[in-house]
Amino acid sequence: MTAESPYERWRRAFTAATTRQKSFTTMSGIPLEPVYGPPDGEFPGIYPYTRGAHASMYRSRLWTMRMFAGFGTATDTNTRFKEIIRSGGTGLSTAFDMPTLLGLDSDDPMALGEVGRCGVAIDSLADMRDLFADIDLATITTSMTINSPAAIMLALFIAQAEEAGVARDRLGGTLQNDILKEYQAQKEFVFPPRQSMRLVRDTMAFTAAAMPKWNSISVSGYHIREAGSTAAEELAFTLANGFAYVELAREAGLPVDAVAPRLSFFFNAHIDFFEEIAKYRAARRIWARWLKDHYGATDERSWQLRFHTQTAGVSLTAQQPENNIARTAIEALAGVLGGTQSLHTNSMDEALALPSEKAARIALRTQQIIAHETNVAHVADPLGGSWFVEELTDEMERRAEAIFGEIRGFGDGSMLEGCIRGIEENWFQGRIADSAYQLERLFNQGDRIVVGVNDFLEGNDEDDPSILRITNEDEAKQLVRLDQVRRDRDDSRVRDAIDRLIREAAQPEVNLMPALIDAAKAYVTVGEMMSAMAGVFGRYVEVPSL
Amino acid sequence: MTIRVLVAKVGLDGHDRGIKVVARLLRDAGMEVVYTGLFQTPEMVATAAIQEDVDVVGLSMLSGAHLTLAPLVVGALRDRGSDIPVVVGGIVPNNDIDDLREAGVVAVFGPGASAEQIVSIINSLVPQSL
Repeated sequence: MTAESPYERWRRAFTAATTRQKSFTTMSGIPLEPVYGPPDGEFPGIYPYTRGAHASMYRSRLWTMRMFAGFGTATDTNTRFKEIIRSGGTGLSTAFDMPTLLGLDSDDPMALGEVGRCGVAIDSLADMRDLFADIDLATITTSMTINSPAAIMLALFIAQAEEAGVARDRLGGTLQNDILKEYQAQKEFVFPPRQSMRLVRDTMAFTAAAMPKWNSISVSGYHIREAGSTAAEELAFTLANGFAYVELAREAGLPVDAVAPRLSFFFNAHIDFFEEIAKYRAARRIWARWLKDHYGATDERSWQLRFHTQTAGVSLTAQQPENNIARTAIEALAGVLGGTQSLHTNSMDEALALPSEKAARIALRTQQIIAHETNVAHVADPLGGSWFVEELTDEMERRAEAIFGEIRGFGDGSMLEGCIRGIEENWFQGRIADSAYQLERLFNQGDRIVVGVNDFLEGNDEDDPSILRITNEDEAKQLVRLDQVRRDRDDSRVRDAIDRLIREAAQPEVNLMPALIDAAKAYVTVGEMMSAMAGVFGRYVEVPSL
Repeated sequence: MTIRVLVAKVGLDGHDRGIKVVARLLRDAGMEVVYTGLFQTPEMVATAAIQEDVDVVGLSMLSGAHLTLAPLVVGALRDRGSDIPVVVGGIVPNNDIDDLREAGVVAVFGPGASAEQIVSIINSLVPQSL
């Protein structure tokens, strides 16, 4: 018996999939195939997945229009969430404020001026309950963009869902939980890298066992790119981090096929259209090859790289902010042509402030226009076979492989060790800063034009659009709320939960998730849980470098 | 005499792309640049500025906390008897610029400020000795 060819396998998978329309044609009625290419070529949904993670791609289901939101108190953000759901958003994505991201309570002296400003303030189970009030967590998936306190936020989420009657195994969503890129780029770290990785291990093991619909890590290149890396560095650092988490799980005795299918990815969609598309195509192919060849994964889902995309915040300009609608539309289109599974489009006013409701709506409408008016989602990987895009895809892969070689070199063959040592020695941070500086020089020398910034300036003097103002009132409200929580809770239960957390944190082989869920239910605050762990783990201080 | 600038990140804002790029641009312009790292308090910045004997303090603020934190840095310097000028760069809505000036911030560089503008304003803040 001859083995099925890739084409035959694709045909079978495509035929088995449901499609969201009976037929797919151009606007003028020309019938369209689900994918184009030679019969002996690559196909979407078939190893090595260059052409897409799934055989039927957007014919089965459009990407998830997942709009990132969060500001002020949990109640404010809950209102915005409901607005997103009403206007057709199909997933939620939570932005936390800086104190929460760094595991500080709102009344910590360092939190002054930051409470509720860049996202929502979450101090305890009481806030988590307000955040998801009247939202059915069994039917909508939720993404939480948090890293250092990711395990705590997962514990709070489970505690409030179970209180609302939704068991943990029914919860679908994603925890960002990608601590490596925090040290490399985003810089919201608390514990030293190795101690942080223990918490990542615990969340991976816990969700693999108890939460089959949960993505344990969203391995994120977005922030690496925003911090200034090139596209190839974004690709390579992100996948290297992904490999490091696979190795971490393996060291903890978790089979690769138990964890890899629950890793998802998060890439930037920057303004260089074709380079971005090549980056996504290369990412899928590299991941598939490494998981199969280096890590011995046999489950196809381990090979399939699925990713979320966000348009590039750094590409937005404060000057003539309406132009950002055009930039975002082009970037979003790259994400879709590159086969993203979900997409956040930035709002035109984000170089000035958090988005206003109107600006956020236009951003969502941009996705809806791409999805429903342009027909670009009818055919999988429409740029596959373009000599240019195929060559750029290959070049992205070559550059990424060269960088993997360097990182494994630091780790004496281990990607996990290489990533950690690269952080400890400021290698990633230095490369990102170098690339950011190179780009800035091109721009300062006028070799790179940004419309409204160094050319085409007419219109720059017009007034800013009305932007969202976060007042200090939200901070005051949150402080009152936190004070109330501290007064209403059972102090002896709090003490017991903290004692258990400290005890178990000191035992590296113990999974901390049960102790954290117990603490969440006892209304131990985020800051208290972090302090308890910091007493055992220590705190990380980055050596400043320019 | 070489102009010395302390560039600083105050509070919890970890966005350090801008500060690193600006620091290198200032160095390219012949200035000496001191960077004390992330998560500094206003007091830490004031103390470092005085110890390092800098001519200008530049704060990089992208999280929206500038109206709270920049005045505290100016205050901490003045409390220590220092008149080192403070400038702010980052995401600052136009409407906030007057408030920052009132609080003693001498210049604000928004997104898109060119290297030339930043260098020339910092030069203008430092009395040139002969």
